[in-house]
Amino acid sequence: MRLTRQENQVSNMVMSADDVRRAITRIAHEILERQHGPAQLAIVGLQRGGAWLADAITAAIRHIEPSTNVPLGYLDVSMHRDDIGLRPVVPGAISRIDFPVDGATVVLVDDVLYTGRTVRAAMEGINTYGRPRAIQLAVLVDRGHRELPIRPDYVGKNLPTNLVDDVRVASEGVVVTRDGTT
Amino acid sequence: MTRPAEVSAVGRVVLKDGTIVDSRGEQRLDVAMENGVVTEVGIELRGDRLVDARGCVVAPGFVDLHAHLREPGKEEAETIETGSRAGAKGGYTALVAMPNTDPPQDSVAVIDFVREQGKRAGLLEVVPSGCITLGRQGEALAPLAELAAAGVRLFTDDGSGVQNELLMRRAMEYARGLGVTLAQHCEVTSLTKGAVMNECQCCTSLGLPGWPSIAEELMVFRDIELARLTGARVHFLHLSTARSVELVRAAKRDGLPITAEVTPHHLSLDDTRLTSFDTVFKVNPPLRSLGDIAALRAGVRDGTIDALATDHAPHPRRDKELSLDQAPPGMLGLETALGVALGVLDVDLVHLVRIMSTQPAAIAGISDRHGRDIEVGAPANVVVFDPDLSWTVSPDSLSSKSRNTPYVGMTLRGKVRHTFFNGVATVLDGDAQR
Amino acid sequence: MKHLRSIDELGRDGVVRLLELTTHMVEINSRQVPKVPALRGRTVASLFFEDSTRTRLSFETAAKRLSADTMTFSVSTSSVNKGESLRDTVETITDMGVDAFVVRHKSTGIPWQISDWTDACVVNAGDGWHQHPTQALVDCFTVRQALGRDRFDGLTLTIVGDIKHSRVARSNISAFSMLGANVVLVAPPTLLPPDVSHWPVEVSHRLDEVLHRTDILYMLRLQSERMSQGHVPNLREYAEAFGLDARRVGMLPPGAVLMHPGPMNRGVEMLIDPSTLTNSLIHQQVSNGVSVRMAVLFDLLAGESSASHLAQEAS
Repeated sequence: MRLTRQENQVSNMVMSADDVRRAITRIAHEILERQHGPAQLAIVGLQRGGAWLADAITAAIRHIEPSTNVPLGYLDVSMHRDDIGLRPVVPGAISRIDFPVDGATVVLVDDVLYTGRTVRAAMEGINTYGRPRAIQLAVLVDRGHRELPIRPDYVGKNLPTNLVDDVRVASEGVVVTRDGTT
Repeated sequence: MTRPAEVSAVGRVVLKDGTIVDSRGEQRLDVAMENGVVTEVGIELRGDRLVDARGCVVAPGFVDLHAHLREPGKEEAETIETGSRAGAKGGYTALVAMPNTDPPQDSVAVIDFVREQGKRAGLLEVVPSGCITLGRQGEALAPLAELAAAGVRLFTDDGSGVQNELLMRRAMEYARGLGVTLAQHCEVTSLTKGAVMNECQCCTSLGLPGWPSIAEELMVFRDIELARLTGARVHFLHLSTARSVELVRAAKRDGLPITAEVTPHHLSLDDTRLTSFDTVFKVNPPLRSLGDIAALRAGVRDGTIDALATDHAPHPRRDKELSLDQAPPGMLGLETALGVALGVLDVDLVHLVRIMSTQPAAIAGISDRHGRDIEVGAPANVVVFDPDLSWTVSPDSLSSKSRNTPYVGMTLRGKVRHTFFNGVATVLDGDAQR
Repeated sequence: MKHLRSIDELGRDGVVRLLELTTHMVEINSRQVPKVPALRGRTVASLFFEDSTRTRLSFETAAKRLSADTMTFSVSTSSVNKGESLRDTVETITDMGVDAFVVRHKSTGIPWQISDWTDACVVNAGDGWHQHPTQALVDCFTVRQALGRDRFDGLTLTIVGDIKHSRVARSNISAFSMLGANVVLVAPPTLLPPDVSHWPVEVSHRLDEVLHRTDILYMLRLQSERMSQGHVPNLREYAEAFGLDARRVGMLPPGAVLMHPGPMNRGVEMLIDPSTLTNSLIHQQVSNGVSVRMAVLFDLLAGESSASHLAQEAS
C-alpha cells in the first residue's frame, strides 16, 4: 500500500503491518478467553471488508488452540441494509454459512466500525440462518460516529476520526487520509 | 385582403395569385367564382371578396374514394358532419362513404339517409356507396338495380371482400348490365384468421399471427380474371403488395377496365412500426414491407395506380386502447393525405391532382361536377393548397371526432389553405368555416 | 432500464447480471429463514389474465421472500375479455401505490402498452406467443448450475415442438444465443414461424438427425388444439416424429440434459417419464423459479436497474 498524497490531502499510517498482526493475535486470545460454556464458537466475516480479517482471526485461533474446531463463514449484508431504496444496491460476494447457527456464539468480524448500520444489518442477516446463543463483534478499527446503539466486543484500535476522513484497512496497515486544508 | 367571415357571403370571390394545376398543366392565373360556378379565369381579376392564393396551387377539389363516416351506427367515432369537416380540412369536396355502417348501406332508405346527412352538413358532397351483398354477409346479392336507381355508382362490401367466387361472378355480370363499378376489398379470409400484421420477419419475432400478401393477391387475380370473363368494371380498394401492383399492371396492358387505389399510409409506413405495439398502426390490409412500399410508389408513378384514397377509419380512443389482437384496425386519413402524399410520391403536381381529384371523380361517377379542369362554367369545387407549407400533426387540431392518426407529432409538408364547395368556402386560412 | 419485458430488451449484460444475482437468491433460499428485508415497503401486483397457478405463485413467493407486499388480480377472461377496463384496471392499481406489475396475458405487447399507463415497473410473465423472459432466465440459470459453466460456447440447444406459438422458445433462443450456444429448432414446417431467416438458429424437421449433437434437449408442449387448426394431422403422428421416447433418450450424447417448461403433455411430446431419467433438469427448472424471480424483482426495485428510477424520485 502506498501512501498517497493528492492535492490538499494528508495521509497517515496509523497502524503498521506489525500493529495489525499483533492486534489480530490479541483479539484471537480475547475471543478464546471470553468463551466459557459449551456453546459452539463461530467466526463470520462481513463481506467484503471483514472477510480477510475473519480468515486471519480464525487462523490465529486455530494456531493458539489447534484442537478447537471453529467454523468460519461469510455474510453479505447488502440485502439487509436499511438504505435500500435510497441508493441502488449491488450485492457483494455471496454469503456462505454452512454450519448450524442455532445456539452458537457468532463473532461478527468487520474491518471498520463506523455508524453501526452494517453490523445491525449483519445481525438481522445472521438471524435468518438460525437463532444464535450470542452475537459478538470484533473489528480492527473503531472510528466512532455511531448512529445506532452498537458497541464492539473486541477492538484492534480506537481511532477518533472526522466524518470527512477516509479510512483504509488492510493486512499491510491502516491509513487515514484527511483533507489538509481543514 | 378580406377577413374570413366575410367570404362566406354571396358575391364574386377571386382566388388571387395562385397557380392553377389541372389536366392542362400549370398556369399562374386568378380564378373568379360566383353562384357556385367558375366565372372567369385570368390575370389581375377583381371581385367582391379576394382570397390570397400566393405560392399556392389552385386545383379541382380532392375526391376521396374511400372514407368511413361511421354514421349510422358508430357516431361516437365520427359523424357524417365531423367526417365531412375533416374532409374539407383535407381539401376534399367529395367523399365516397363506405357502406359498412349499421344498418349497412344495402337499402335505399340508408343510402338516402347518408346522402341527406351529407347535404345537411353542407361541407362537401357525400356520395354513398352500396353493398354488393345483403348486409355485407357475402351470401346473397344486395338490390343493386334499386340502389343504382337511387344514384349509387360504386358498390363494395368493404371491410370484407366477397369470398364466394360464384357470387362475385354473378355480381359482376349484374353490375355490367347496370353500368356500375364494383370495388373489392381483397382478402381471402381463410388465410387471415386472427391476423394482426403483415406476415413477415417482424411478426415472427413478435409472435403475432400474420396476414400473408397472398391473401390479397389471390383475390386480385381472381377478380381480374372474372372481370375478363364478364366485362365488368372493377376497382381494387387499398392495394398493399408489390405483386398486386404487377397483376393490375398486366390487366391494364390487356385492356381490361380495372382501376386501383392506394392509401397514403401504405405508401409511407412499413410493418416494422408494429414493434412499438402501438395499435394506431394496426390496419387492414396491414402495413407492408419496404419492398411493397417501393412497388406501390412506382405503381403510382407509372399510372398503374389510378387514385390515392384515404380509407379514413376513425375509432374512439377507448377502442384502440386494447391489445393488438383485439383493437379494431384502421387509421384516420382525410386531414393528412395531402401532406403525406407530397412527402413520399415522386410525381409532379399535375399527376398529384390527377390521382387525388380527377381520376377518383371518374371512378366514383361524379366527373360532371368534381375533378374538372378549372375553367369557366365548371362547378366551383376547388382546393387551394400550399405545397411547401410545413406543419406538425397535433391531435387537438384535427376536425375528426377521433384521434387515431399514425402521424401524430410528425411534420408534414403540404397543407390545404382554402377549400370551396359549390363556391362556398368550407375552409379558409386552414380553419373550418362551418 | 425499468422493466423486464423481453430478453432482447434486457440485453446480454442484463441477462448476465440477473443470472449472477440469482446465485445470491439461491443462497438466501437455502437459509433457515429464507427472507430478507430488501423490498420492504414495496408493493408488487400480479395481473394474470391467463391461468397459471405455478408462475403466479412463483412470483408471489419471490416478492414475499424479499419482504415486499403483494396484491393479486387473477382476472378471468370474461370480465376483461374485451380489454375494456384494462387501462382503467392498471391506472386504478397504480393509484393504490404499486411499485411493480407482474403481467401475464394472452395478447402480445400488453406489457409495453401497460408501461404507457403507469410509472411502476413492468415484469412480463408471458405475453401471447411473444416473450417469457423469466422462464428463459430460469432455463439459462439451470443449465449454468447443472453444467458448471457460465458461457455456453460450443453447446447445442435443441428446441423441439410448437415453436410458432411458443413465447418460451422465443425468449430462450435470444438468451441462449447471447450466452454463446448454438440453437437448433426441430418442428414440422407448420409449427415454425413463417420466416426465421433472421434468427440465429438452424432448422431441422428430423429430430433423430440432431440428437447425437444435442447437449441441451428442450421439449415444448404441444397443445391438442393444434390438431384442429390443421398444424398437424393428428397427435399420434406428431408423437412418432417429435416425441421423446426411450430410444431417443438413448441417442443423446453422454452429459446431455433434458428440459421442459411444463406442464407436460404425456403421450404427446413426452413418451417417457422424465423422473426416471438422471439427466432431466425439469425439477431444477421448477425450483429455480423463485430465485430467478427474486433476482428480477430485486434488480428492478432495489438494484442497478432501479438507479435511474431512484434518481428521478430524488430529483
